[in-house]
Amino acid sequence: MNSEQVIEVRGLTKKFGNLIAVNNLDLNVYRGDVFGFLGPNGAGKSTTIRMLLSLIKPTSGEMKIFGRSISKDRKEIFSKIGAIVEKPDFYLYLSAYKNLEILGKLSGTDISTKKLMSMLELVGLDKRYKSKVKTFSHGMKQRLGIAQALLHDPELIILDEPTTGLDPQGMKEIRDLIIYLSREKGKTIFLSSHILHEVELISTRMIIINRGTTQVEGTVDELLKTDKIKVTFEIDKIEDALRLVNESSWQNNFKSTSKNEINFELTKNEIAELNKYLIEKGFSVSAIIPVRSLEDFFLKITDGGAK
Amino acid sequence: MITLVLIELQKMFKKWRTYIGIIAIGLLTIIVQLVLYFTGKNFVDAQMRGMEQSFVIVGNLLNGYFIARLILTLLIIHIPFLVVLVGGDLLAGEATAGTYRMILTRPVSRLQVITSKFIAGMLYVIILLAWLAFLSLGVSLIVFGSGPLLSIGSGIVIFAENDILWRFLGAYAFAALSMTTVMFISIVFSSLVENAIGPIVSTMAIIIIFLIVSAIPVDFLQNIKPYLFTTHMSQWNNFFNDEVNYKEIYNSSWILLVHIVGLYAITTYIFIKKDILS
Repeated sequence: MNSEQVIEVRGLTKKFGNLIAVNNLDLNVYRGDVFGFLGPNGAGKSTTIRMLLSLIKPTSGEMKIFGRSISKDRKEIFSKIGAIVEKPDFYLYLSAYKNLEILGKLSGTDISTKKLMSMLELVGLDKRYKSKVKTFSHGMKQRLGIAQALLHDPELIILDEPTTGLDPQGMKEIRDLIIYLSREKGKTIFLSSHILHEVELISTRMIIINRGTTQVEGTVDELLKTDKIKVTFEIDKIEDALRLVNESSWQNNFKSTSKNEINFELTKNEIAELNKYLIEKGFSVSAIIPVRSLEDFFLKITDGGAK
Repeated sequence: MITLVLIELQKMFKKWRTYIGIIAIGLLTIIVQLVLYFTGKNFVDAQMRGMEQSFVIVGNLLNGYFIARLILTLLIIHIPFLVVLVGGDLLAGEATAGTYRMILTRPVSRLQVITSKFIAGMLYVIILLAWLAFLSLGVSLIVFGSGPLLSIGSGIVIFAENDILWRFLGAYAFAALSMTTVMFISIVFSSLVENAIGPIVSTMAIIIIFLIVSAIPVDFLQNIKPYLFTTHMSQWNNFFNDEVNYKEIYNSSWILLVHIVGLYAITTYIFIKKDILS
């Protein structure tokens, strides 16, 4: 992991009247990270992203991007950031090309026609460059949103739900694009997503927030490794096996049973030990299926998701 | 800043609502010109009735200047409606479309964004009045020819041909100042809401209320009348008086300018402080 901090947030708080949307949030994103930003609806993700992009003002706290204060060096910082905030909205009465041209000019760089067309080609909209955005589907707008975020070759890319509205093929393409931008181009990606599997696949580090506060932060591997995994054992002589489990210390790990399956909550080491124990006792284990995923971890951390 | 203003103008002139004012002015001007082309002589004769016995009128009174003066009088009270159609949408339109998120996450300051909107709004007013001048004065001079200007106000004044053009320029310039004030009021309202209808209705309501307040003969209301921008909006008429009262024009210009600067400052403050939640 590169130690250069790209985003540094300390004690970030945002209150809307009596409602605390973000509460004393700390964040660390390092150069080259694909940083997963997770949380249930209403957790404060979009509010945090809007504060990072100075769309809304924090009640208190400090935010630095590229080591500089957003309030003081906004122009320099924003020339190196590309972003999609929630759903990408464009000037519906203008063409895809014209929208990108305008946003390119606002980015302070003279973007050539060739570059604009290559961006549209990258997201598969080059054939529709003349079409007004009002004729676009949500998925096409989402792709155009990706194009505008990459237009000025930013160092930091903030993506808020970038695959929403895309078909599975489109989602995969965006995932591949994020991986390419991170690994090949060295971009730092800040990825907010509801699709946990997506974050699990492409993120290097992540944070889970709930009710505006940090629940956990770290590398994806670290976070998943430290927790117990739900595992299903497919086993013969199920009633005898259950009796054995209940009479042993494994009963503490027992969760549920159905047909020829017994569900446990185990660490990685315990999976091997239990498998050995059952075989030694004469049972035949036909399959061990881990059902542990980021989703379970997420639900556990956030008390079952959105509140 | 030039780039930002050009972008604003591009966006503005890609919207249909921008052309409503231009089309309306075009249609109304052409209608007035057509009517006067066929019945103008009777109209001028009616205005001059009784004067023929006292004065010898030489030259063509139904000329381009007369038509332009008449059109200006007829249309100027309606132009605020056309101006606020665009002004009300300048900021609220971005909020409605959700495009604030796109433009304000670029390396441009909010001050630059809001200033470019004000400049674009001001340019639209100038374009609209230039269009009015072109059609009502330029086209009328071509169709009806030149001549002395018969100006009917508190009395009847006839200006010599070489004493007219500067009066029109002054009147159009003052009208631009008045309409810019209206434009800026609509932008203030536009910065507060996420729908263009509200600013349009609010601005027109303010103009109507101020005009009614000005017309009520009560001491208190008459005392505040000099501070209402609507009182000063009709000062363009002064340019068609025999003796132009420059003191009144300067005074009204200053009051309108103070309004313009104040409205810009208020909107900028609101916009810079605003949380973008749309």
